[in-house]
Amino acid sequence: MSATRTLPPHLARLSESIRETAAGYGLDFFETIFEIVDYAEMNEVASFGGFPLRYPHWSFGMTYDQMEKGYSYGLQKIYEMVINNDPSYAYLMECNNLVDQKLVMAHVFAHVDFFKNNMCFAPTNRKMMDTMANHGTRARKYVEKHGADAVEGFLDCCQSLDNLIDTHSLYMRRRPKPGRPVSVSDEEPAEDHSVARLRSKGYMESYINPEEFLAERREHKRKQTEQRQVFPASPERDVLLFLLEHAPLERWQQDLLAVVRDEAYYFAPQAQTKIMNEGWATYWHTKMMTEKLLDASEVIDYADHHSGTVFTQPGGLNPYKLGLELFRDIEERWNRGQFGPEWEAIEDWSEKRRWNRDAGLGRQKIFEVRKLYSDVTFVDTFMTEDFCREHRFFHYSYNKQTDLYHIDSREFAKIKQSLLFQLTNFGQPMIAVVNGNHRNRGELYLLHQHDGIDLQLDQAEDTLRCLYRLWQRPVHLESVVFERRKVLTYDGKEHTRREIKATEV
Amino acid sequence: MVSRIEEDKSRFDRIVRGKIKHELRKYITHGEMIGRKGKDFVSIPLPQIEVPHFRYGRNKQGGVGQGEGELGDPIGSSGEPGQGPGAGESPGQHLMEVDISLTELAQLLGEELELPRIKPRGEKNITAVRDKYVGIRQTGPESLRHFKRSFREALKRELSTGTYDPQNPCVVPMKPDRRYRSWREVRLPENNAVILYIMDVSGSMGDEQKEIVRIESFWIDTWLRSQYKHIESRYIIHDAVAYEVDQKTFYSTRESGGTKISSAYKLCQEILARNYPASDWNVYPFHFSDGDNWGGGDTKECVRLLREELLPQVNLFCYGQVESPYGSGQFIKDLEKEFKGEEILVTSQIKDRDAIYDSIKDFLGKGR
Repeated sequence: MSATRTLPPHLARLSESIRETAAGYGLDFFETIFEIVDYAEMNEVASFGGFPLRYPHWSFGMTYDQMEKGYSYGLQKIYEMVINNDPSYAYLMECNNLVDQKLVMAHVFAHVDFFKNNMCFAPTNRKMMDTMANHGTRARKYVEKHGADAVEGFLDCCQSLDNLIDTHSLYMRRRPKPGRPVSVSDEEPAEDHSVARLRSKGYMESYINPEEFLAERREHKRKQTEQRQVFPASPERDVLLFLLEHAPLERWQQDLLAVVRDEAYYFAPQAQTKIMNEGWATYWHTKMMTEKLLDASEVIDYADHHSGTVFTQPGGLNPYKLGLELFRDIEERWNRGQFGPEWEAIEDWSEKRRWNRDAGLGRQKIFEVRKLYSDVTFVDTFMTEDFCREHRFFHYSYNKQTDLYHIDSREFAKIKQSLLFQLTNFGQPMIAVVNGNHRNRGELYLLHQHDGIDLQLDQAEDTLRCLYRLWQRPVHLESVVFERRKVLTYDGKEHTRREIKATEV
Repeated sequence: MVSRIEEDKSRFDRIVRGKIKHELRKYITHGEMIGRKGKDFVSIPLPQIEVPHFRYGRNKQGGVGQGEGELGDPIGSSGEPGQGPGAGESPGQHLMEVDISLTELAQLLGEELELPRIKPRGEKNITAVRDKYVGIRQTGPESLRHFKRSFREALKRELSTGTYDPQNPCVVPMKPDRRYRSWREVRLPENNAVILYIMDVSGSMGDEQKEIVRIESFWIDTWLRSQYKHIESRYIIHDAVAYEVDQKTFYSTRESGGTKISSAYKLCQEILARNYPASDWNVYPFHFSDGDNWGGGDTKECVRLLREELLPQVNLFCYGQVESPYGSGQFIKDLEKEFKGEEILVTSQIKDRDAIYDSIKDFLGKGR
């Protein structure tokens, strides 16, 4: 961005010394470039999700509108902004005082360390800054050619579907060869329903190759071939990819869909590691500030700012706080050797508490954790019953009579289960394409893997409308509504909801 | 160069204002524009558009929180772990709901809707009488006695008569020494306004329609109050006959029967003639109806009343037609036909709650 300025000398010196401090603690980060911006620029960059350039879309304008109003009415202020990129870019607010700048820089270095080392971020594009700018240029080119309304309307549809991605697909080969689908017709030439028999003498035949077994094998084989004819062969969770490959889109539409998909994959790890990432950054800024960086005169301001960051509204859940406390708990436990089967076998609570083997493995352990875990596995592995009790977690539920949420349990298992559920698939329902040629009429059939919570129906129907716009044939979504299996359909003209009887499977 | 974000923002604004992309309008949440808390505070949600997604039904879901409390204790707002892009980047972002005062609210409303400031009518401003202390005189009530001046007079008298003794500096004011503050009446020009709310309460106006009128009146009131120093409000309800009522009755009455709009205009005219001469007052009648006027020439009568009696003495006459379950009446079309090009008379169709926003702009966007 042309308007951004490089750091004034005193901040440049500061960033250099904090960089050294951070490296001294063993943090390992990309080169980090700080730029200083005023609040308007900060709001702009923040509205673009941290990037100076994005494709043109009203939604960024909406975010900007909110930030601007929020800022001018004194409700909110963005302190820092950092981009997962190599080199990493971070923005400092011009009007912040020195202690805030210190804190932000310390926080930023820890974030960049996390971006660089956490495995969730391993497949992300580290030149996203350039990629996003390219996306912008391409989208603007399409706007010139096809008009703003057409392009933006199409982007609205894509954004509507942007949670239908498969974050795990980046780590494995789900399909033999990505790219063009195996078309149904050029399968192996002849359908062979015969099954291999073991060699036997005639009189032993019925024993060695019993008829039931052969029948079973034949049936199995038949099913397999049938399966191959279903398309996709196995449910495809990357709905966007499926659309990219199979929907009848024009070139520019295909390109824009790919843009939205790329960006969705880029941002997904940030949603998957919110608690860890913020916890990690908060852990390190406190450590660096209190041990090395703070001047005595800054203590009060720092404490004020820091407490604002980790403040938890009564009844709420603050990812900064949760992550920070979990990291501290892990460090403490591994320092005292409170882990492993021996420790877990102890029944007596007070003995468990007193346990100390002076293992001193805490620091090493948290570095390992920041590398190998995501929020789901992090909470699953390290949130213990003691931790849960100590930090006063509870489970709440909705009460129809009072129209309020009430605390309904402090039971560890329930709390943990609920928290893990919220984090799974970054809080989005699991939906997959099961058939791209439904009823042999080229209709699209999606299945929602229902896990206890219904979809919001009005939105689901509107989303189907978007899907139809891309697929251009009727689209179906199977889900559960009030404990009944239903198929929502949009055929280009009207929405229907059909119940699936228990008899049809 | 216009920055990229400004382009996006103007795009967003135009969607919100309904200029482009009407298919998105249904996702706009103005929230409840009215959210009056306590005496003077409201929370204003900002316009937002949420593109649809396959997502979990939002409400009635359980979750995990942190803090004190017994089983069964209610908790206020439910916080879920933050999600979505942008996560992991910005500490210090908080919820957007905010308490602000009515004055600020009016200002926001003005900015949001780009309402022009109202220009009070020419020279006809009322003059208010104020007392101002400007001088000193020798008579007056004891409560206004000016001690310093009185003692100074006494000292002068004692010095000149030679009774003053520096060894024993005791000064006693006598009657002629006393001085009193005096005042003058100053006439200050001041802008006063009266708002006349007129509502059709005939059988076809349901609760939802009244709620719309109530919300819209609140915003009109808020805006006009920010523009004038003194505002008086009068309330008229009518079906086939019109009555003047207090505010509470205005919003709660449910009559049945026919509609004769002219009755209300007549009453409005009477109230104006009796209490609010046009030379002293800025006058704003707002009439809300479903537009289903009684036949038999009543509309003609209304047009006559408006043209000859009301329009010459008001700043602005606003007619809002609320759509009722029985549809929307003819009256708005009649008015539009009769008063084509008339700037003082503004009409607006209010289909549902979401249309309130535009309707306010219709009414107040003229700056009159």
